Amino acid sequence: MVKVAIFDYGAGNIFSLKSSLEKNEAEVDVITNLEKIKNYSGLLLPGVGNFDPAITSLHTSKIQFQDLVKNQIPVLGICLGMEMFFEKSEEGKLGGLGVLEGEVILLPNKFKIPHMGWNDLQIKKPSVLLEGVKEGSWVYFVHSYRVKPKNEDIIKADSDYGINVPAVIETQTLFGTQFHPEKSSKVGSIMIQNFLRVCKK
Amino acid sequence: MTLTKRVIPCLDVDNGRVVKGMHFKSIKDAGDPVLLAEKYSQEGADELVFLDITASEQQRETIKSLVKKVAQVIDIPFTVGGGVKTLQDARDILLSGADKVAINTGAVKNPEIITKLMEIFGKQCIVIAMDVRRNYEIKENRHIFTSDSKKFWFEVFIYGGKTPTDLDAIEWAKEVERRGAGEILLTSIDMDGTKEGYDVQLIKEIVNSVNIPVIASGGCGKPVHMLDVFLQTNVDAALAASIFHYKTHSVDRVKEYLKENGVPVRL
Repeated sequence: MVKVAIFDYGAGNIFSLKSSLEKNEAEVDVITNLEKIKNYSGLLLPGVGNFDPAITSLHTSKIQFQDLVKNQIPVLGICLGMEMFFEKSEEGKLGGLGVLEGEVILLPNKFKIPHMGWNDLQIKKPSVLLEGVKEGSWVYFVHSYRVKPKNEDIIKADSDYGINVPAVIETQTLFGTQFHPEKSSKVGSIMIQNFLRVCKK
Repeated sequence: MTLTKRVIPCLDVDNGRVVKGMHFKSIKDAGDPVLLAEKYSQEGADELVFLDITASEQQRETIKSLVKKVAQVIDIPFTVGGGVKTLQDARDILLSGADKVAINTGAVKNPEIITKLMEIFGKQCIVIAMDVRRNYEIKENRHIFTSDSKKFWFEVFIYGGKTPTDLDAIEWAKEVERRGAGEILLTSIDMDGTKEGYDVQLIKEIVNSVNIPVIASGGCGKPVHMLDVFLQTNVDAALAASIFHYKTHSVDRVKEYLKENGVPVRL
């Protein structure tokens, strides 16, 4: 059984993510620092909260997090969790984790914000996380910001909300989704399984 | 493609059972909330809403344990509301496994709670539930509308639709958006439980006043009512209770019907 950790910023529902991982036969611990991260095969940064408080809760772990990514421990960042991979966000004043070059910007206001509900995936490139996921699959989004990676090759799928919203990013063992796989019914479960498979390696 | 319209079954929960009333009264037992949640999730519901209508102090623990049970059986988002007054109430619900918390009376009494919650949890977690009724007593500084040549304004009610607030619904909707709400759950007291259709005029006016998603609620008695509200307004989601509880219509059939009639839905 693969053992993974969810980082808890103390600001929202991580219960659904935990249930989803457990349904896919992972052993899950909820952690609030990265001191014992070597005991786990993968880390999840959940997608609930606000940028600055979440970054503050990870602050003392920032160097450990960067090491973890260098050492290729698989990490899945969901929504805010993915946004924190980048250097900065318009949601907050504090710097991000900075493991990816680029920034996080507010969605254009020609449509309603937050972008909330089920939207379909346009798959752009082959991706480990998207193995077995069909083009046009519906996934659940709820966010007000989007990521803008410097290297666009890491965007594996996007979704149309007046503009192309990067929906899946992936580079080596670093994975991110703007939508919530744990809330995206069966399709989301496939992605959770794909992530856990990477953790097992 | 783009964002789909959401179909949301609502479960009014009293003492751990799903109930359904009319005009916020005459309650009738409609089943086990966990079983219904699982069934709706499997049938393709886009989200679920739970409203704890007892919401007395003793009920807090009951609702927390219910939220946990529901979170274990479904893999779609769900909102929980009813009696949320303080930051701690909201935190308890979110940390038990709900994705969003709906606040009604608590927000009218203490609007700062919206901003405080937004700063901690992010705006996506905060749904403002508004119970609205047409008021035909015309006052100054209200948005006045006309229907069947009668003039009225939309008034916000609290305490389960029992207490008028004198608040103009259009102004309140704008204010909750400004304070950081992520979504509005808009219920028409006039139509709730009638099974005669949504208050399309109310929904249209609120949707056009804000730039956050709005859920239409109150009055859905058959699938055509959902179709009407989606075709006639730019509302994002439609909520219904009784049509799903009593096996009259399954969620997937209703969504197929909407799709056949040109509404983008997830199937």
